[in-house]
Amino acid sequence: MSTGAARFAELHIDHVQRAFGDTVALRGMDLTIKGGEFIALLGPSGCGKSTALNCLAGLLPLTGGKITMDGKRIDDLPPERRGFGMVFQNYALFPHMSVRRNIGFGLSMRKVGKTELNRRVDEAIKLVQLTEHEHKFPAQLSGGQQQRVAIARAIVLEPPLVLMDEPLSNLDASLRLEMRTEIRRLHQSLGLTTVYVTHDQEEALALADRLVVLRLGEVQQIGSPEDVYAHPTNAYVAGFMGYRNMLRVTVESVDGENAVVTGEGVRLAGVNRESLPSGAAAVAAVRPEDFSLVVPNAASTENTVSAVVEIVEYHGREQAVEARLPSGEQLHVRTNSRLAPGDTVQLRVPVERVLIFAEGSSS
Amino acid sequence: MTATLEKPPPPLEKASLKHRLAERGVDRTLWLLVPGAIFVVVLFLYPVLYGLQLSFQPKDGGGPFGNYIKFFSDPYLRDTIWITLRLGLPAALINVLASIPIAFQLRGKFRGKRTITTMLVVPITLGTVLTAQGLIEYLGRAGWFNRVLLTLGVDEPIRLVHNYWGVLFSLVITGFPFAFLLTLSYLSGIDPSLEQAAATLGASRRDRFRHITLPLLAPGLAITFCLTFVLAFSVFPSAIMVGEPSGETHVMSIAAYETAFRDFDYSLGAAVAMLMALVMLAVIALVLVWRATLYRGATGGKG
Ligand SMILES: Nc1ncnc2c1ncn2[C@@H]1O[C@H](COP(=O)(O)OP(=O)(O)O)[C@@H](O)[C@H]1O
Ligand SMILES: [Mg+2]
Repeated sequence: MSTGAARFAELHIDHVQRAFGDTVALRGMDLTIKGGEFIALLGPSGCGKSTALNCLAGLLPLTGGKITMDGKRIDDLPPERRGFGMVFQNYALFPHMSVRRNIGFGLSMRKVGKTELNRRVDEAIKLVQLTEHEHKFPAQLSGGQQQRVAIARAIVLEPPLVLMDEPLSNLDASLRLEMRTEIRRLHQSLGLTTVYVTHDQEEALALADRLVVLRLGEVQQIGSPEDVYAHPTNAYVAGFMGYRNMLRVTVESVDGENAVVTGEGVRLAGVNRESLPSGAAAVAAVRPEDFSLVVPNAASTENTVSAVVEIVEYHGREQAVEARLPSGEQLHVRTNSRLAPGDTVQLRVPVERVLIFAEGSSS
Repeated sequence: MTATLEKPPPPLEKASLKHRLAERGVDRTLWLLVPGAIFVVVLFLYPVLYGLQLSFQPKDGGGPFGNYIKFFSDPYLRDTIWITLRLGLPAALINVLASIPIAFQLRGKFRGKRTITTMLVVPITLGTVLTAQGLIEYLGRAGWFNRVLLTLGVDEPIRLVHNYWGVLFSLVITGFPFAFLLTLSYLSGIDPSLEQAAATLGASRRDRFRHITLPLLAPGLAITFCLTFVLAFSVFPSAIMVGEPSGETHVMSIAAYETAFRDFDYSLGAAVAMLMALVMLAVIALVLVWRATLYRGATGGKG
């Protein structure tokens, strides 16, 4: 793993489309991947993430668009000629081969000489810390170990692009965190260009240099984790990025970047993300942790809502509170203060933390 | 808690014995096996044992092994072993080998799959007699095949029925559907993502078949081979109808039939049947020994 992988400068995904009969799983995806980047494809189950990955790997033919790598067209190449490494959701380890032979399979397919093969396999096994298990068969390994074999098998070839399809979704929570760090460490030390598919926003934010949020086969937003987290382009992305509160409101007035919106018993100022005109139906998106408790009978009630606490969950330093607004809508709040069911609370949220989106673009 | 303490403790000895037995799978549900066991004893074990002891009581005397000595000293009887193997082994091999590529092509989902599968499996329902009749129609001296050959300028009609070839064709036609269905189900049990993984690792179609699919399929192919071999080895009707039952296709089942029901030497007939079973078991044992050297675990991707 000493030498860097065969790098490309740019890989263009140009209006790539894939349909299964009448269902369109991927509608015109555009993305440019730079060499060395870690890209996360994020979206709920069924939004076309695996389809996109399989199209990249060559396992699914495209029904439209093209893929070029440094100007060379590659979407007509079969998977074995593209040479991209792939880590499958179910690992897809060869059950009749030992760990060593699994990892060495790609090298032996490429007719790499025996000494070279052994050296590189040894190195890869060491990298994923499986030295004691190299002669075991996949069935004798734990989930985490199988995962490491799958990763080692894909990266031992030093492929120009590594594709990972929800590689951590079959692991339990603590192992998932550990492997996440491992994957990030491998990426940093090897510099392999990676496309990583996940439905877990936390995973995507933690790992990726750039996020691609998908919905029903359509790209919603592409950006850095900070960008997508702080400035989601629509209510759908916001919902995915932890804006759990989506209040149904109407735009009352617009003032530059900001707007004032009103709902039943609610009046808030916020950022007008989609430049809605006044009178438009909208949603006001707020994160649970952006609410702060206002002391009773405070002088100013600017940008506040009042709600009745219904359920309080203890989460260590914080409490997760579910409260109800006068309109009957539910409000998710995280707070350090001790609250009890039945309390009426006044909650303030800073103007820049209220994002106003067009209605109907969520879910 | 107190309520359970007040109850008299169950007899410890008995409970633990029951528990230990249950751990080894011995419990009352075992009684469900009784009908099956009776069935096996009455319909299988008893006739075999009866035949076995009958074979050691030759009609014309000559000690307990008289029948077996007679079988091996009479070339007409002795050669049936070779004749039957010469039919059964190639037939089983052809069926297995032919079913691999066809099952391979048909394992995915596509339109018309059911129709094609049905067409391939229909010969099962035909039975050997219809198959034999069809073969004579097609391949006989005056059959379509030879008529086409004659019009194409071939001098002599080719003999394809009433000899070795006729029986082999019939065995392939009737045995193939079984081999195909078995192979298809073994193949469907192999996780398709294994082949995809191999493809992303640079394996060509041929390499994927050779290094992934075939090794995982081989144990199933061994079983398929055994089953079609047993079917072919006990060939009887087609050996008579499309074969040459007193010569090239004088198979063991015909020999057993003739000795028992034409010559009324039940004892010798039983001996032939015992030898037939022995040869089959020997072949199956060989195949299973080979199979034991293969990987036989799960064929899913998770190992
Ligand atoms: N082989 C297939 N045949 C038909 N429809 C498919 C097939 N694979 C995926 N789809 C459909 O395409 C959509 C996207 O699937 P997929 O890419 O697997 O989603 P994800 O990986 O994001 O969960 C889904 O609606 C799914 O039903
Ligand atoms: Mg998926």
